[in-house]
Amino acid sequence: MKAACGTVFKYGDNVDTDVIIPARYLNSSDPKELALHCMEDIDKDFVKNVKIGDIMVATKNFGCGSSREHAPIAIKAAGVSCVIAETFARIFYRNAINIGLPIVECAEAAREIEAGDEVEVDFDTGVITDKTKGTKYQGQAFPEFMQKIIACEGLVNYINQK
Amino acid sequence: MGMTMTQKILAAHAGLESVQAGQLIEADLDLVLGNDITSPVAIHEIEKMNTEGVFHKDKIALVMDHFTPNKDIKSAQHCKCVREFACKHEITNYFDVGEMGIEHALLPEKGLTVAGDVIIGADSHTCTYGALGAFSTGVGSTDMAAGMATGKAWFKVPSAIKFVLTGKPAKWISGKDIILHIIGMIGVDGALYKSMEFVGDGIQYLSMDDRFTIANMAIEGGGKNGIFPVDEKCEEYMKAHSMREYKIYEADEDAVYDEEYTIDLSALKPTVAFPHLPENTKTIDEIDDIKIDQVVIGSCTNGRLEDLRIAAEILKGKKVAKGIRAIVIPATQQIYLDAMEAGYLRTFIEAGAIVSTPTCGPCLGGHMGILAEYERCVSTTNRNFVGRMGHVESEIYLASPAVAAASAITGKISGPDEV
Repeated sequence: MKAACGTVFKYGDNVDTDVIIPARYLNSSDPKELALHCMEDIDKDFVKNVKIGDIMVATKNFGCGSSREHAPIAIKAAGVSCVIAETFARIFYRNAINIGLPIVECAEAAREIEAGDEVEVDFDTGVITDKTKGTKYQGQAFPEFMQKIIACEGLVNYINQK
Repeated sequence: MGMTMTQKILAAHAGLESVQAGQLIEADLDLVLGNDITSPVAIHEIEKMNTEGVFHKDKIALVMDHFTPNKDIKSAQHCKCVREFACKHEITNYFDVGEMGIEHALLPEKGLTVAGDVIIGADSHTCTYGALGAFSTGVGSTDMAAGMATGKAWFKVPSAIKFVLTGKPAKWISGKDIILHIIGMIGVDGALYKSMEFVGDGIQYLSMDDRFTIANMAIEGGGKNGIFPVDEKCEEYMKAHSMREYKIYEADEDAVYDEEYTIDLSALKPTVAFPHLPENTKTIDEIDDIKIDQVVIGSCTNGRLEDLRIAAEILKGKKVAKGIRAIVIPATQQIYLDAMEAGYLRTFIEAGAIVSTPTCGPCLGGHMGILAEYERCVSTTNRNFVGRMGHVESEIYLASPAVAAASAITGKISGPDEV
């Protein structure tokens, strides 16, 4: 699986799915439309500044709250190539894998990496490299079946290919 | 090694003698649930699958409750998409305006969820059915789609935290105070990936509506599910509502728990969660004057008949304070009717509150009570995240129906003993 590489947007604990994509936009399920409002309630500039391939880093319990799959869909459609967090809320974790958004749990990386750092994530080994700081962290590598789901761009294509 | 109640249900549905925490299993599903926000995404996914149709037309429930009666054209399009899907696949349990209610109040009422079931729902508060001794958990739309197509879902078997509830709660202390107290204690990720198993002699004092409220907010503690043992009260409820056979599972005596907490229900006070996390709890005696603009009594957490009875008892013969908007939302048509026959709706209207048709509405900032900048709401709903009910600079204080009703009368956060 191809490594992710990009600039970091950094957030704190308990980023909930209501701030990732507020319910007032859930009358749409179009990824492009959802991406236009991604993170706007806690970071108005995110959508303006994010570039394809960028990386989101947060601390504990990322994606808590509502089960809306629109949340990982919005993050992915905004161009984010990977989310690193200390921990993920469980529904978000499943949803991200199911729609093919790579996510990695690594407490040390999540705490130390800062906004604006250039970071690379190798999904085969789980190694996270902060190129700005020159530091390396060992995140959890994906089991093979999860790599395949992500490579297929989600569970549905994976099931169809099986 | 002994199994928890949750592990026993999962083992039985995976066709295994036993399971242990961390094991990946594939389980048969008794019910797959979706609503008007999550189902359109699932339908889009299932249409991409190489599948003939749905696994069982009676084991899928589609409830149009979030943005209904439709608040705008896009929401109407979503409901139309689900309606057409339900019609095409002859889904038995499709609930549209007129029959619908808030999903987690509606399904137990309709007898679609019983003890021993494994249930997934594309809604995080699907954990509510643990009150009936079922394993139920929230998932996303893709899992819902796979569940509708195959009747199966994969799970990582959770470990558990045991909550021993002892003693009899004081008057006005309800399931909401108990679960807010617990979330305040363990934090919003305290039960991450885990089961919350409730046991103890205090459970006998909790009504089914209290238990639904407690299981409902397991997700706010990060839990995968919340579950209660099945007692006489629970069996009575199931017999009154369902024709389905149920199966009672009990945790083994030597079941292993990651942690154990004992909670003396008799010592609890009315509890309020401050913005912007459900873990920011204070008891009513710790709260200074906080003026409010709106009160919401409703939702899948607290829109049941007992919640309305408590609110009506407090509001009877009183008036909602000038300048306060009080919104009461019975969770289902049946609850609406029962509340009408019991005279609660008259009490609310005479007090100056409004009564809405069933909808999730304001809980998630959809419609029927959106907050403006700097406004504050005391709400019986389940989340007080930034912007959840409207403007990012608005504030939500989560509380029981008793506290919400009392606050409507005084115009500030108040306990039921203050009115």
